[in-house]
Amino acid sequence: MPRPLATPLRTKAPWRVLAGFGGAGHAACRFAAPETVEELAATLEAAKAEGLTVGFRGSGRSYGDAALNREGLVIDATRINRMLRWEPETGVFEAEGGMTIEGLWRRTIEDGYWPAVVPGTMHPTLAGCVSMNIHGKNNFRVGSFGEHVLELDLLTPNGELLTLSRQQRPELFHAVIGGMGLLGAITRLKLQLKRVHSGRLSVGSITTRNLEELFDAFEANLHEDYAVAWVDCMPGGSSLGRAQIHTARYLEPGEDPEAQVSLHVERQGLPGHILGVPKSSLWRIMRLFTNNLGVRLTNFAKYHSSWLSHDKRYLQSHVGFAFLLDYVPNWRLAYGPGGLIQYQVFVPYDTARECLRDVLTMCQQAGQPSYLGVLKRHRPDDFTLSYALDGWSLAMDFRVTPKRQRALWELTERLTERVLAAGGKFYFAKDSVLSPANVEHAYGRERLERFAALKQELDPERLLTTDLWRRAVAPVATPSAPLVAPSPEAAAVSL
Amino acid sequence: MSRFQRAIVVGASSGIGEALALRLARAGAQVAIVARREEELQRVAKEDPERLHPYVHDVADLDGTTALFERIEADLGGVDTLVYAAGVMPGVEEGEYSFEKDRAMITVNVLGAMAWMNLAAARFEAARSGTLIGISSIAGERGRRGNPGYCTSKAALSTYLESLRNRCSRYGVNVVTIKPGFVDTAMTRGMKGLFWVISADEAARRSLAIAQRGRSSGGFVPARWALVAWVVRLLPSFIFKRLNF
Repeated sequence: MPRPLATPLRTKAPWRVLAGFGGAGHAACRFAAPETVEELAATLEAAKAEGLTVGFRGSGRSYGDAALNREGLVIDATRINRMLRWEPETGVFEAEGGMTIEGLWRRTIEDGYWPAVVPGTMHPTLAGCVSMNIHGKNNFRVGSFGEHVLELDLLTPNGELLTLSRQQRPELFHAVIGGMGLLGAITRLKLQLKRVHSGRLSVGSITTRNLEELFDAFEANLHEDYAVAWVDCMPGGSSLGRAQIHTARYLEPGEDPEAQVSLHVERQGLPGHILGVPKSSLWRIMRLFTNNLGVRLTNFAKYHSSWLSHDKRYLQSHVGFAFLLDYVPNWRLAYGPGGLIQYQVFVPYDTARECLRDVLTMCQQAGQPSYLGVLKRHRPDDFTLSYALDGWSLAMDFRVTPKRQRALWELTERLTERVLAAGGKFYFAKDSVLSPANVEHAYGRERLERFAALKQELDPERLLTTDLWRRAVAPVATPSAPLVAPSPEAAAVSL
Repeated sequence: MSRFQRAIVVGASSGIGEALALRLARAGAQVAIVARREEELQRVAKEDPERLHPYVHDVADLDGTTALFERIEADLGGVDTLVYAAGVMPGVEEGEYSFEKDRAMITVNVLGAMAWMNLAAARFEAARSGTLIGISSIAGERGRRGNPGYCTSKAALSTYLESLRNRCSRYGVNVVTIKPGFVDTAMTRGMKGLFWVISADEAARRSLAIAQRGRSSGGFVPARWALVAWVVRLLPSFIFKRLNF
């Protein structure tokens, strides 16, 4: 029996102050957390009857405003998280959308299956991973999360439950993946998982002295299953873009004599202490170093110590390699009360070297170097609002403070212009700054119109809305809408 | 620049609420004035029609608060200040025990405040700025025999505001508890034994001065009532229960 809904939602729903994961933007939203698909449908219906806009929220791991809906209703779907089917013979896994990546791998690893694509944290929900079409350190090999979705159920604002796949309504399937939850709620997914023959990966480390060396070494290792580089964004000159690359490959059958043991869930833990400090307290120490000088010192030490493991290989658990962001719980608090924005740029192969050199230099010249730089290689996919391209991405973390905010936004505007000039794109899960004009430039009128047409068909009353949608996409995802020119003030207010 | 640009004053048709609304308007704020009595509200609005915008509403209509708040928010283009000055104090005779009077005081003095403040606090916390001003009373310091319901309502309001302050001030929200002593308003007119009486305008001036400091605290108005409150709080119960005020 569904629980009775406290209606009208407009007056009875509790208020929650919600934030993006970066903690740089907050919104007061009405809040509901249904426990079943039926309750979710009833909540949607009630919101529609009251003319209340709805935004969906999973674990809230998008850095910006993708899961906020200022003054509307936010439906937290994390409680709709049951496993529905698991076939260890084929690696096909079926669950409700609110299940997390952690919930998934814990149920499948002992049968020798791992998600084909995971982000840097195990906490996002599967529906969230689909909605933002997340990627991992193996994007160049296996593509984005959406490429491994076999089928999904979409609950539309009309209350219809549509089953979508590459065969059933393929156009809609390709728009829902990466569709930011704006076409309906993803209530069920069927995923194809990756067969693994050990709980461990063979991991390699390569240290590079500058950006050119970094690109060359990275490209020389694309035969690996995973590759990712930590980039020290502090030094300039001949050390600009110095980095440490980590690569990893799956072990072949029989290569790990202890495969069955290493596949145990207990062998997939993260360390409880780092350098003798309980990991729950580590962010407090990191906070002392989260400033230009502190990061410069930390990066200096990290870079030079990385030579100790240069060109060496070792074994590491899947969890230990994949979920770097989970080593330090609440690491974002190290950025202080103003939080951080993450800004990830995707640049085509041919223009990437020059463009990313400029991006790093522009940050340094502005006195706002990124405190974390992560370089990855990508391949294009066929989703409607895809960010992926044949090229490279650089993700950067910028600390937000009242004093630096305006200058930071101005810097990202200049960076965005530079990236767009290079034919680049951006990633909505990590966006806080794009304007509608930027989005139109990056994604192109044709794709936005295709998305808008599907939204018009499924959601003619514009029930589904988020702050991200209002800020950056809606003005250019309406076939007849005029282009809205952004202003620095508008961007600042969106914080 | 004043921190009060777009304000809502609930209970603005008389007394301290009216005086606060007029002062905020004089300082340049756009002020939504909210009260039950339309005629009185219109009288106040006429003082500065450019800046004072009347909204007729009974704070006891708790379910109507959200819609009105959102309407005002849309009309003013946002809200950065909420003043809750609505309050009732029906006389309670010796030997009288009236639940209806108690309910009215709790509804208007406490539940109404919660209904309005919740809406504002959520937005102000999200915005990392804003000011909440609650007009409580020195009557909330101890439970006097003269009016149990009123003392309870003001003690509840003061505690509620203190909790809000502890919850929101770390996010830049200025939560201010004003505890006036005797103020010359319709509520106190005709009461005997009053002393240190100040005008509503003077109470408003001092209240805004406290709020303008932005320290997210509160104060007695005028400040000398702090001494009275201190003494009253210190009085042992065996003495306090023999007093007649």
